[in-house]
Amino acid sequence: MNKALPRWADLILIPLLNLSLALFVSGLVVLFIGENPFEAVKVLIEGALGSQEAIGFTLYYATNFIFTGLAVAIAFHAGLFNIGGEGQAMVAGIGVAVAALGLGQTHWAVVFLAATFMGGLFGAVWAAIPGYLQAKRGSHVVITTIMFNFIASSLSVYLLVHVMKVEGSMVPESETFAASGHLPFVSDMFAVLGVTISKTPLNISFFLALAASLGVWVLVWRTKLGYAMRTVGFSQGAAVYAGISPARITIIAMALSGALAGLMAVNEIAGAQHRLLLGFTAGYGFVGIAVALMGRAHPVGIFFAAILFGMLYQGGGELAFEIPTITRDMIVVIQGLVILFTGAMEYMFVPPLIRIFGLFKSKSKSANQQGAL
Amino acid sequence: MSLKTTNELDQGANADQEVPIIELVGINKSFGAVQANKDICLRVARGSIHGIVGENGAGKSTMMSILYGFYQADSGIIKINGQQVNITDSRAAIAAGIGMVHQHFMLVENFTVTENIVLGAEEGPWLGPSLAKARRVLADLAKEYELEVDPDALISDLSVGFQQRVEILKALYRGADILILDEPTGVLTPSEADHLFRIFRQLKSQGKTIILITHKLREIMAITDTVSVMRQGAMTAQVKTSETTPAQLAELMVGRAILLDVEKDEAHPGDVILKVNNLTVRDSKKVSRVKDVSLQVRKGEIVGIAGVAGNGQSELLEVIAGIRKAQKGSVEISGHVLDVERSIGSQKMRDLKVSHVPEDRHKKGLVMDFQEWENSILGFQNNVENAGFAIIRQRQVLDRAQAQMVRFDIRPNDTRLKAANFSGGNQQKIVLAREIECEPDLLLVGQPTRGVDIGAIEFIHKQVIAMRDAGKSVLLVSVELEEILSLSDRILVMFDGKIVGERRADETDEKELGLLMAGMETKQAAEAQL
Repeated sequence: MNKALPRWADLILIPLLNLSLALFVSGLVVLFIGENPFEAVKVLIEGALGSQEAIGFTLYYATNFIFTGLAVAIAFHAGLFNIGGEGQAMVAGIGVAVAALGLGQTHWAVVFLAATFMGGLFGAVWAAIPGYLQAKRGSHVVITTIMFNFIASSLSVYLLVHVMKVEGSMVPESETFAASGHLPFVSDMFAVLGVTISKTPLNISFFLALAASLGVWVLVWRTKLGYAMRTVGFSQGAAVYAGISPARITIIAMALSGALAGLMAVNEIAGAQHRLLLGFTAGYGFVGIAVALMGRAHPVGIFFAAILFGMLYQGGGELAFEIPTITRDMIVVIQGLVILFTGAMEYMFVPPLIRIFGLFKSKSKSANQQGAL
Repeated sequence: MSLKTTNELDQGANADQEVPIIELVGINKSFGAVQANKDICLRVARGSIHGIVGENGAGKSTMMSILYGFYQADSGIIKINGQQVNITDSRAAIAAGIGMVHQHFMLVENFTVTENIVLGAEEGPWLGPSLAKARRVLADLAKEYELEVDPDALISDLSVGFQQRVEILKALYRGADILILDEPTGVLTPSEADHLFRIFRQLKSQGKTIILITHKLREIMAITDTVSVMRQGAMTAQVKTSETTPAQLAELMVGRAILLDVEKDEAHPGDVILKVNNLTVRDSKKVSRVKDVSLQVRKGEIVGIAGVAGNGQSELLEVIAGIRKAQKGSVEISGHVLDVERSIGSQKMRDLKVSHVPEDRHKKGLVMDFQEWENSILGFQNNVENAGFAIIRQRQVLDRAQAQMVRFDIRPNDTRLKAANFSGGNQQKIVLAREIECEPDLLLVGQPTRGVDIGAIEFIHKQVIAMRDAGKSVLLVSVELEEILSLSDRILVMFDGKIVGERRADETDEKELGLLMAGMETKQAAEAQL
């Protein structure tokens, strides 16, 4: 992205610097409430990676972030800022629940396919509407996708209170899916191979997330559609010149973005919760923006950023448990700081780094010249 | 101060011995690894008009930006009137008596002239006194320098020529002794440019110093006293204008001898390929940009459309290229009648073998963030040789792009380099290579050499003529009269959305076309004017 910086610095050094700064400021906050920041970091990392169970939970959270991160990234490439991943996943949850409730008696593989299809479809439709409004009516997607988050939220409340709630229950949740339709946990899959690992919500959707990452890479950088999307993203004028309709691409890109966000519901609803419940999206859709920014809208970067945020979620939970003075709210502060420094202020270090690299180059150049003399 | 100056002028029979008003000594400036200015030395005599020429990226703008305080030099000294000064920002530059007129005007469109003049030079919290003062000073300046402008007119209602005057007035209002103008004639008609040069002479006679940055050697020869030539960040020459020639300057700019005139044989026009009938185009504000235009282009001829920018040529070209809707009329290509009242789309036009080098390669012809090979299929991304059902045939495209870069001498020869990192001339060659190699019947070309260095201009002109000689048709839109005259076989002049004249290139000259471009309907009328 920066001509003046070498690629490795842009892709690795900058995220690392941002992350270090976020952790440093978080450390100050921990210090401020009278706890040892090094101890806190130790607990956090151990909580995220210290055991099979910890790793399982970390990857389970990461699965959500991969989907929402890819969703934001694919819209980015078409020049769109989809911040409605939250609502798209929520609506997709309805589709996933319908598939799992209807086909739960058959086989998990059928449910898996149907849930992936329905989740993707529902998410795509929910995102394509703002896409259409932007393409044909000029309503900015940033505004409309936020609005659609609220509509999605209200819609799921209505459905869970009036339509899908179990008769006689006081909880706004759907019926639990039939056990034959539950997606296999990774621990179950290992068990088939004869290896025993701790049982965690990590399920087959993780591999779906990896496949989706590869799919996004191929789509964006290897296909005609990806070419058209990137053309529109970089320059609408050039797109029109090349015979690409920006309106059409806008709608398609939003639909793809919504479908990816919707796949998050496969992991949560069909894979882990086994019932549709309120608020299962838990902010993953929004964190996806930070994941996409930190991962430079590239699937590989998104994978690592998603792992990082998975660690923060899992390790943060452990931290709140181990050191009670660091409350849940403090964990949110730390996550917020990471998002702030890696997402919102990701380019803060770029100008000084360019200067430093410039210095290096001119030095090595003058050294070369002296050598030549 | 003024007395001393007079004394100096009296003594200074030889201008070189006088203390120069501007002196740059050993200016260096690097951006990262790129050294934009290398050890620049410049002396400009008080009360002279000094030209600075050089190709794009030669470092002219960087040098002037250092002088105006946008950048700080890494090393070197700036002296104004023999005094070393430290220009940290544009405020300091203004205090040192330097005024700048940018290529793109820095005016607030919905403010009046007076408000724009005062902007940034307000005195006290109330606008009233500042505006009243500006009004008085404006009246004086107008008388002194032939710079009449209605002080109450909105900028948006003024023509570009007048807007430029406002920019000059802004600088003078702030007490500028030295005026730097960056490509001032790019947007002007020949007669407006003549008026501008009159203003320059007037300013010069009042002791002001003018620095003129331009790539038009003709203007350098016509108006300047001395001229500096820059190449690759260094000052290659500083000469008296009277002691040099355009060919010599061009050679100094490029570093090799350049053919300034285009060589071409007689045209042999064949069948009509493009027919435009009674075309009317309105923009989004319902203003007619093209009014009832009809024209024809035949095989084997280059038809040039001359006109000052903004007289409908761009819109006409875009309609024929299929990327703009027309409100009335029809376009016929090789016998196919197209309904231009609905959006045709450039894909359809490409199918009809019409290719298009757009006026704005940054916004249309290229995706600046795409690598060269990706740009080499822009508009052809759906062709079978470039892509299968879904997947782009990257290897084949890369190979073809590589070969194309060699054929069109595109430098650096790197298909993986982003378009933004090529020079203007090489960017234009990328577009031209793509649009010529698809073997079109009709080539639409807008401003082929805008922002293109002299060396590449020669190449681009040769390519366009080769197209014609191969029996293809070319429709050329350019605001550069010289280019229109040297390339075209037939010239149409557009003014206010209408075609106001048609001439054979070998039967007309710049003067006649200039008058037509300014809206003088007939030759007789033009002669009456003279």
